[in-house]
Amino acid sequence: MILNVDELKFMYRNKGILDEIAFSINEGEIVAILGPNGVGKTTLLKCLNRILVPKQGVVSVCGDMIDSLELMEIARRIGYVPQRVETGRLTGFDAVLLGRRPHIGWDVSEKDLRIVESAFRTFGINHLRLHYIDEMSGGELQMIAIARAFVQEPKILLLDEPTSALDLKNQIEILHRINSIVEEHNIAVVMTMHDLNTALRYADRFILLKDQSIHICGDRSVITADEIEAVYGVPVMIGELAGVTCVIPQCLCNGNGKKKKIPTDEEGSTYVRNS
Amino acid sequence: MHFADGELPEDYLKYTHRKVIWILGGIGVLFLLLILSISVGAVSIPPYEVFMTLIGQNVTDKWDRIIWNIRLPQALAAIICGAGLAVAGVAMQSILRNPLASPFTLGISNAGAFGAAVAIIFLGTGRMTSTTAGAVIINNPYLTTISAFVFCMLATIAIIAIAKIKASSPEVVILAGVALSSLFTAGVMFLQYFSDDAQLAAVVHWTFGDVGRAGWSEVIFMGIIVIIACIYFIANRWNYNAMDAGDETAKGLGVNVERLRNVGMIVAALVTAVLVSFLGVIGFVGLVCPHMTRRIIGDEQRYLIPGSIVMGGVLLLASDTVARLIVAPYVLPVAILTAFMGAPIFIYLLLRGYHR
Repeated sequence: MILNVDELKFMYRNKGILDEIAFSINEGEIVAILGPNGVGKTTLLKCLNRILVPKQGVVSVCGDMIDSLELMEIARRIGYVPQRVETGRLTGFDAVLLGRRPHIGWDVSEKDLRIVESAFRTFGINHLRLHYIDEMSGGELQMIAIARAFVQEPKILLLDEPTSALDLKNQIEILHRINSIVEEHNIAVVMTMHDLNTALRYADRFILLKDQSIHICGDRSVITADEIEAVYGVPVMIGELAGVTCVIPQCLCNGNGKKKKIPTDEEGSTYVRNS
Repeated sequence: MHFADGELPEDYLKYTHRKVIWILGGIGVLFLLLILSISVGAVSIPPYEVFMTLIGQNVTDKWDRIIWNIRLPQALAAIICGAGLAVAGVAMQSILRNPLASPFTLGISNAGAFGAAVAIIFLGTGRMTSTTAGAVIINNPYLTTISAFVFCMLATIAIIAIAKIKASSPEVVILAGVALSSLFTAGVMFLQYFSDDAQLAAVVHWTFGDVGRAGWSEVIFMGIIVIIACIYFIANRWNYNAMDAGDETAKGLGVNVERLRNVGMIVAALVTAVLVSFLGVIGFVGLVCPHMTRRIIGDEQRYLIPGSIVMGGVLLLASDTVARLIVAPYVLPVAILTAFMGAPIFIYLLLRGYHR
């Protein structure tokens, strides 16, 4: 058990955001946090490495309570990739080298440079080393941000929507790289996600948030059509396509693919369960 | 270790060496400029003799006196002031995530001027004895500095609070700076209206920022403060890099962003306060130098901070040398020249947009 969360509660001003959150994560696991917009996925992620300080509850990493650790020590154990990173007139290499910050004393050592060099090769982004990051595409920037978190050499990696800015090819590429590095180095990954299909394909365990707390938590078997509808309020179908589990919203189309007139229920929602 | 098998990145090292060469070149230029600046003036002294005098050889007693008592302190004051304003500017731009931030545009310089005026008029710390240059006597420079510093801090606190409330909007912070500037300018005018002739002359003369009024004790005091500030910002260069990548990234890298912001603003305000209270308001150096440096060596703080420091020294020393010569035999206060130079560059930055 590498990360343990118990009785976590977070309030923003007087508004409760998270309540009674408890789960634990083991080495080598990829955990997806799922749930609708605004349910507190990002907040939960930020509570795990003390970017936000929870109102109450315990988070422990590798057996140490997180509020007993120095910020730098937390950064040596947990890496974090936010949804959005700022750019500037610096090269990709500079940007990734920044990930060595928690390990740097007065200045970078040869070892730091070697680690960053190797990260560029591992991620297959060698061509970006001397590109300025303010001229990069969203996908390239995301690759740089994730590479930065990896050279931090953390035990746990927190990713906030790692694939939302990426096209299909980049999504797959990044998640494959994350997957292989998790296997090779036995670290744990916690990521928030919107795309249920990508989550189902790459994550080992799932945490579904609803109404400030964990609705359900577990492996692939907990992801059922009923649970997804309960969390997202949208009826879905789950099936298999060539052995891969797929989730799609129940269709508002009729058989030949043409849109029907979108019906509404009594609450005004456009989604109505197909009878 | 995840990635232990990497090689040394030759191309990247070459890229960073180029930046180091730019900075070393700047230091070389600064040194040559120092000799040139000392050699020109009402009495011109050949550069070689200047160099000999500076390394301790006694060429003639007259030149010795001119160099050691008049020209060297003025040249050093220009370098120290330029370096200090530039480092304060580069730090403020990073802290407020705003390319237009600098001690002058945020109204901090004018707040210092107001503080100094309060000290001169109410506490009687300065008056003007005659109309020749250097006739403003600040009897009690430390009290004047403290008063200037207090008002610099008030302006700084206001800016930090406004930046916190309206974090996402660069315009708001700059417009707040404009508002603070006019508020303190109005305050100075109010004080001037009720002051006597000698005080009025002292306040007016004082606000023309001029590096010529510093003697050795002021130069040493400013030098110590500026060096401490430069060391502080250079020591935190990695943290500023992290903050430039976004607050959340910085926190994820173990940087205490709030503390870095507050301490950084206080150090920058302290430097501004000391420089303003000894030398008066010298505008635009803190804004322009970091941007010139960004153009040459990029936004990476490891090189941007030292580069800006050198650039500030070079720019203000060059400006002061030109100001001393341009309407000879009169000596123009350097602030007038920097304003002429800085305003067009400021407008250019506004037109080019907020991208750093």
